[in-house]
Amino acid sequence: MTDVIKEDQVLDCSGMLCPMPVVKTTKAIKELQSGQVLKMIATDPGAPPDMEAWSRQTGNEMLRSMQEDGKFIFYLKKK
Amino acid sequence: MSKSDPNAPKRLALIASKGTLDWAYPPFILASAAGAMGWEVGIFFTFYGLTLLKPDLTAAVSPLGNPAMPMKMPFGPEGFQNINWPMPNLLMANAPGFEALATNLMKQTFKNKGVASVPELRDMCVDLDVRMIGCQMTMDVFGFKREDFIKECEIGGAATFLEYAADADVQLFI
Repeated sequence: MTDVIKEDQVLDCSGMLCPMPVVKTTKAIKELQSGQVLKMIATDPGAPPDMEAWSRQTGNEMLRSMQEDGKFIFYLKKK
Repeated sequence: MSKSDPNAPKRLALIASKGTLDWAYPPFILASAAGAMGWEVGIFFTFYGLTLLKPDLTAAVSPLGNPAMPMKMPFGPEGFQNINWPMPNLLMANAPGFEALATNLMKQTFKNKGVASVPELRDMCVDLDVRMIGCQMTMDVFGFKREDFIKECEIGGAATFLEYAADADVQLFI
């Protein structure tokens, strides 16, 4: 049983391929305040490793990464 | 910013030397991804790559120099779409209209799969403050003027790029 993470904003990148999910996520997270959480949804199989790298490089923490109904879901906390 | 500053963002320095559609993707994809990760990015557009800075991007697929280029159809049932159509160089180089056909096929296939177009990718690079440097020498050789290129780019030479690349963490020639 995992805790429910409450997101402040949702970004759907379904159907987009590299580098769109990463670029759109950066744009979306710029709109948030520090500590707020972005829920990003993607279908690109390259998204999980790319979002991990994005998180390490930008310092925005990945709270959770999961797969649901063929979609990848990421919870990203703005630093 | 110099590498002596440990807090300096990472830097990517690219040389874009080719102007065909297939070669236009890698520099803009890498630059926009790096920009999205907070890196400083600079691209030096030289030789045929310089045309990627024109306001109206007309990059096309060249059949020459792409031996056994796989061609996939962007329409029809999935099994049909998955066929790799072998394209002998002789056919590609000589068939009238092949370049337009190959260009349209690539654009349509990429669009269907969810890849951004080259103009979209370049716009994203502009938004992400990617530094774009057009090669002065190439302009002189091919007779281009400053007004032939987008206003967001700057014009410079080898020394301009090398100074930028000297402090880069990643340098690639494309």
